[in-house]
Amino acid sequence: MNLAILRVHNGFFVMDVEILSRIQFAFTISFHYIYPPLSIGLGLVMVFMEGLYLKTRNPQYEQLARFWTRIFALTFGIGVATGIVMEFEFGTNWATYSRYVGDVFGSALAAEGVFAFALESGFLGILLFGWNRVKPPVHFFATVMVLLGSMFSAVWIVVANSWQQTPAGFHIVGEGMQARAEIIDFWAMVFNPSSVDRLTHVWIAAFLAGAFMVLSVHAWYLLKGRFVEVSKKAIKIALSIALVASLSQLLTGHHSAAGVAENQPAKLAAFEGHFEASAPADLYLFGWVNKETEEVTGLKIPGGTSMLVHGDFEEPVAGLRSFAEEDRPSALNAIFQFYHLMIAIGMALIGISVLACFFWWRGTLFEQRWLLMLLVPSVLLPQIGNQVGWFAAEMGRQPWVVYGLLRTSDALSKAVTANQVLFSLIMFTFVYVILLGLFLYLLNKKIQHGPEDDESIAHRPQQEAMMDNVQP
Amino acid sequence: MMNPTFLGLDYPTLWFLVLGGLFSGYAILDGFDLGAGAWHLFFRKEQSRRVALNAIGPVWDGNEVWLVIGGGALFAGFPEVYATLLSAMYIPFMLFLMMLIMRAVSIEFRSKEPMLWWRKMWDISYSVSSIMLSVLLGIVLGNVIQGIPMGADHEFTGNWISFLNPYAILVGITTLSIFMVHGALYLTMKTEGRLFAKLTILLKRAIIFFVVMIVSLTMVSLVFVPQMSDRIFSQPWLGILPLLMGAAIFFIPRFVRVRRYRPAFLLSSGVIMLLLIVVAVELYPVLLPSSSSAAHSLDIYSASSSTKSLEIMLIIAAIGAPLVLSYTIFIYKTFWGKVKLDDSSY
Repeated sequence: MNLAILRVHNGFFVMDVEILSRIQFAFTISFHYIYPPLSIGLGLVMVFMEGLYLKTRNPQYEQLARFWTRIFALTFGIGVATGIVMEFEFGTNWATYSRYVGDVFGSALAAEGVFAFALESGFLGILLFGWNRVKPPVHFFATVMVLLGSMFSAVWIVVANSWQQTPAGFHIVGEGMQARAEIIDFWAMVFNPSSVDRLTHVWIAAFLAGAFMVLSVHAWYLLKGRFVEVSKKAIKIALSIALVASLSQLLTGHHSAAGVAENQPAKLAAFEGHFEASAPADLYLFGWVNKETEEVTGLKIPGGTSMLVHGDFEEPVAGLRSFAEEDRPSALNAIFQFYHLMIAIGMALIGISVLACFFWWRGTLFEQRWLLMLLVPSVLLPQIGNQVGWFAAEMGRQPWVVYGLLRTSDALSKAVTANQVLFSLIMFTFVYVILLGLFLYLLNKKIQHGPEDDESIAHRPQQEAMMDNVQP
Repeated sequence: MMNPTFLGLDYPTLWFLVLGGLFSGYAILDGFDLGAGAWHLFFRKEQSRRVALNAIGPVWDGNEVWLVIGGGALFAGFPEVYATLLSAMYIPFMLFLMMLIMRAVSIEFRSKEPMLWWRKMWDISYSVSSIMLSVLLGIVLGNVIQGIPMGADHEFTGNWISFLNPYAILVGITTLSIFMVHGALYLTMKTEGRLFAKLTILLKRAIIFFVVMIVSLTMVSLVFVPQMSDRIFSQPWLGILPLLMGAAIFFIPRFVRVRRYRPAFLLSSGVIMLLLIVVAVELYPVLLPSSSSAAHSLDIYSASSSTKSLEIMLIIAAIGAPLVLSYTIFIYKTFWGKVKLDDSSY
């Protein structure tokens, strides 16, 4: 693959349209993916908070639910705006890909729009603006619907992406550049070999993103001695989710890796830096891949990957050398590092959750200041884990955009020039930097402000009367 | 092999109708909140701007979903058209996406800080993006109506600036004008007091602006884009469409005069829908005409997904549509009536 960004053409340096389109897609999807996991994860926490409010009628839970709804609104809004970009980018930058997959990918996308996105955006209005307009159980229902909607939307997107990793339920019509995939079995497409493992992996990763955000914010409040009672309640809710989620992530992660070994052997070989065509594969805890010498330096469990995949330390696993040079992923060290970083983060999340639950069980959780201090920055861990996990998954699939069928370099829009992409890339960078700045600024402001504010329930009628009398 | 049909229509035609329904729904729904945004800077007072913003507050996001679903439906049903159109209109679509983001951000952030410069900045960006989005939608429509240059492989052969032609700009401004009437009517239903009084004045100007634009567009189309009226001329019963549209446009100011804004709003929705129906009737079965050679045009048969794929998607749509409709109605009912600012407002 040609990774040179600059090429000499007519005496000028020009950018390569393929690499620019790839950078733009990677940039816009990575930026987008900060938000949906937070929406799903916070949605789950909010359902618990509001559910507990309905059950106990303790207004502290309502206060929490309202507080996190305000933060949810922020993440959701940016998630939607940056998500629409993705839907159109397939057509604008990857027209050949769109023609190729449209018949298969289309029904998943249609289902996403109808079943998921419409549901969440519709009920969002009630979730955000309906506190004083509908009864608490109706509002709770809306919260559940928004969570379900966001989880459904993950279903269809992950199904589509999994189909690109492990295509199933289709046949190829036409030849050469005219070839395209046509669906023959909807359910085989939906339940392609990797969908279920990857979907559960994505969902749980999203729950972790939400839970650790709540843990981080409320741990910070406790350290500052603010909103102590509500924060303890919030931490208990989020910690329960974090414990269950981080442990189950181990399971889905293992299943996913086993699936990759079976369906995308070149990708697994890249994950583990396994070069020998047929030899037992080691499992690295960390290491460095030298692509030129085809060697990995690091700490390893000999035969560990063979053990995980086949249950036997001696069993050979297909290595990178058993694939033609042009069919291997190219950014080997990056893939290796991203994959191992994801696993390390997963383990760290288990460690933190188990430790915190241990102190909770001992009844001394809120006295462990060091642990609370650890929880505050830990909000970044699931975010980084989500990003690098996807980097590994998508870069490991290269050079294919549809595994084994369509190459990324063949998938571009032929009508689009490098200058156009450069223009849009600069524009996206500009807008997204502003967007991220605003997000962090407003997030910080809401957190500083905290769950207790002038919107508290007791003052509601008074507050409303005041708002109605605001003088222009 | 016989192509399967349902209610006497083949699947590509059915999906063409689904698509038409989605795009009309989008134009009618997002049309009023884009139109409301276009008026934003005409309101001078902070309170008026907040009320106007909150009039669309709970619904604008749901309205945009129609675009997401419409885009998905185009990709799913007619991938060739989706791929060709979006890569051909690269710059307008990128600007469109950017404006969509700026608009969402403006709505979200405007009232989060009390500083005057902050609110002014977001007010401007909200209004400018609403105007730009309306015009860009029209520009894309204008290009589709005229056809775009493409070869036998359905690859666009024009250049990056060819989207910006006089006819497309005319359609763009006409789109803005109808959205402004539509948006003003929506706002009159949702407001009271001085803002309401101001809107009644603005509404009159909007109607004049729209009538001027639609008359010019009709005349230019009759002369320069004859393919947009040949079917209506050859099949006189289709003349009912322009007649209905003329009647709707005629009655909007009459309802406005007697302060019956709801029927007027329904009429402006009708006008938007009729405009798109005329386009659909004239294009069918073509979806994206080629301006270089009619033989290269993409029609619903050459561009559609397989029968199997369309069948699955029609089932999804049949299950999904009643669901979406029922909770959309529920949500609009919840927020029925005049805007009251409260602690959860923008």
